[in-house]
Amino acid sequence: MSRRKLSAVGANVFALGAVSLVTDVSSEMVTAVLPVYLVLGLHLSPAAYGLVDGLYTGATAVLRIAGGYVADRIRRRKVVAGAGYALSAVMKLGLLVAGSSAAAIGAVITLDRAGKGLRTAPRDALITLSAPEPLLGRAFGVHRAMDSVGAFAGPLVALAVLAAVGAANPEAFDAVFVVSFCIAAIGVLLLVLFVRDRRTPKAAGTPVSPRAAAALLRGHGVRRLLVAACVLGLATVGDGFVYLLLQHKEDIATGWFPLLAVGTNLSYLLLAAPLGALADRIGRLPVVLGGYGALALVYLLLAGPVSGWLLFVLALALYGAFYAATDGVLMALAGPLLPESLRTTGISLVQTAQALAYFASSVLFGLAWQFWGADLAIAVAAGGAVVAIATTFAVLRKART
Amino acid sequence: MKTRILIAVAGVLVLAGAAVAYVGFASARSHDVTATGAVRLDPGPRLLFRSTADADRGHVATVSATDPAGPRTVSPLSCARVYAAGGTGLCLRQDGDLTTYQLAVLDAGLAVQRELPLVGLPNRARVSASGRMLAWTVFVTGDSYNGGMFSTRAGILDTATGDLAGTLEDYAVTRDGKPYQAADLNFWGVTFTADDRHFYATMSTAGHRYLVAGDFAAHTVRTLRENVECPSLSPDGTRVAFKSAVDGDPARGWRLSVLDLATAKVTPLAETRSVDDQPAWLDGRTIGYGLPRGPGHADVWSVPADGSGPPRLLIPDAESPAAL
Repeated sequence: MSRRKLSAVGANVFALGAVSLVTDVSSEMVTAVLPVYLVLGLHLSPAAYGLVDGLYTGATAVLRIAGGYVADRIRRRKVVAGAGYALSAVMKLGLLVAGSSAAAIGAVITLDRAGKGLRTAPRDALITLSAPEPLLGRAFGVHRAMDSVGAFAGPLVALAVLAAVGAANPEAFDAVFVVSFCIAAIGVLLLVLFVRDRRTPKAAGTPVSPRAAAALLRGHGVRRLLVAACVLGLATVGDGFVYLLLQHKEDIATGWFPLLAVGTNLSYLLLAAPLGALADRIGRLPVVLGGYGALALVYLLLAGPVSGWLLFVLALALYGAFYAATDGVLMALAGPLLPESLRTTGISLVQTAQALAYFASSVLFGLAWQFWGADLAIAVAAGGAVVAIATTFAVLRKART
Repeated sequence: MKTRILIAVAGVLVLAGAAVAYVGFASARSHDVTATGAVRLDPGPRLLFRSTADADRGHVATVSATDPAGPRTVSPLSCARVYAAGGTGLCLRQDGDLTTYQLAVLDAGLAVQRELPLVGLPNRARVSASGRMLAWTVFVTGDSYNGGMFSTRAGILDTATGDLAGTLEDYAVTRDGKPYQAADLNFWGVTFTADDRHFYATMSTAGHRYLVAGDFAAHTVRTLRENVECPSLSPDGTRVAFKSAVDGDPARGWRLSVLDLATAKVTPLAETRSVDDQPAWLDGRTIGYGLPRGPGHADVWSVPADGSGPPRLLIPDAESPAAL
């Protein structure tokens, strides 16, 4: 990709990417040390940790939609996104204040995730409004690549802080949280200074009201998008399962477990921008479908005869390719189908539908694994991915832009 | 634009400076611990614990059993969790960087006899009364495949034969009298009987937590009753002290109780605060346990095992208690 084409996605996209990069360094720092902090620093038992961890995942769906609606209503996406970034930043200090109370820590983590729920849809809506329509795939690709650079660097920064303070030092975790806060605050500063809000003119035709938001659901395009998001969410069984199946198949030491996510992230990072650009050239729907094809291949690999290093390289590369081809590209696909005045609401609906379906599929896959065994469960998941490709093609073919 | 860049540069410098200053400040506050004497693990009227005092946090120390709040002997050895009995110690500790841990087997003079890598975060440690059998629990984060639930792995080492069970998950399980298989088995909190072969532990599966009785030689476990976690067998082998989730719901906290194995009678202890620790028998009538007090701090408390009397602060700034 030439420099000229890259810059064509717009300075605002790069500014949003930089904010995401810095913010992800901050949040992944905390994610990396949180289990150790809770179990060794605070002596929470596994069950208490499980409760906190459960809050981490499921707490933000409603807030996400409310945040999306408010952002559209006041036509200030940057303000709502900024509130989300700021809330998450302050909660890094909240971890210091929460001390060893499991309830307080649960509350802090929930608010941190609430901040994430609040900011994601307005941020993605801003991206769709900041880049020229034909370059949306590339814009999301650039943004997601920058985002995952941050996710990649976060744990390394955390380890560096721990090494500097001395990991056995009780202040070590506090230092990680304080540094994480400072980095998150830099993210908020960059957002305030360099991200430009696109205040869309008040369109007389589409007022922003609860009724209009509900009407979104009646529009054909949005309904198709929601169906596709749910189907695609249902086809995804969860990272933990994929890594665990890899581990079962190859019996690698659990110590290598975190490296599996690193492999996926690396593939995602490298492929996000090129696949986004490809989506602009050959169409977003084929790239999303190709991504789910890659997911089906991952499942087949897990059930198939390939083994050893080849299996790891192929599975993780394809898994990263799946994320690169679907995460941002689906938003690029969704953006133009939503009226500008209700774009944030629409994006938050799509993201929430996908997240809920993903949650359901993870639970179902867990049960399938338990009752049918790993081999049959993964074969069914592979079949599910193929069905998802067919369904998505059928519902989005007509809506495609 | 120029002003904005200036503000950004200034802001980033201030925030980065604050981060670096805090890291420097924190590392300056870490100091070397000077050992105050030779800690020994031989049987005797002493209590072993892990210090949580600012001056020597993490270090293994002992106090006299008759004067627990009195002067302490602090060793140079640092552990995340410690236990000892019969002249053998078990220290779960960090191994190099923050993410890996190891188990160190200690002799009576605190010398490391053997090291084993641990995969996961160390959580519980136990030694059989004779000092022959060691058990530990680690908390495996990578395994959180069951949707935000935890995963634990309990291991047992026979120091006499070198036999090692790295995890109890491949033991043959009998649940309510029937053979049982599941992918979501978790074990934690092992306690040994006097024969150095049988043990009690906690097993969770399908949302239930059971007290199980196990056989190390036969590699079997069977469920005994529900909602008994982190069992600890009394010195005479007749009772099990444990923690149970209040109303079966861990979110409501844990209650220390004692189960009489012969009569199945459960006696809740006088400690009403939530105790999330594997209790330790300090003698045939007294239970000791750690209670966190703010980040990094904890105290060891004791309470009578028959449900009478109030809890009392035994060793300030300590956790992981064991009676030697």
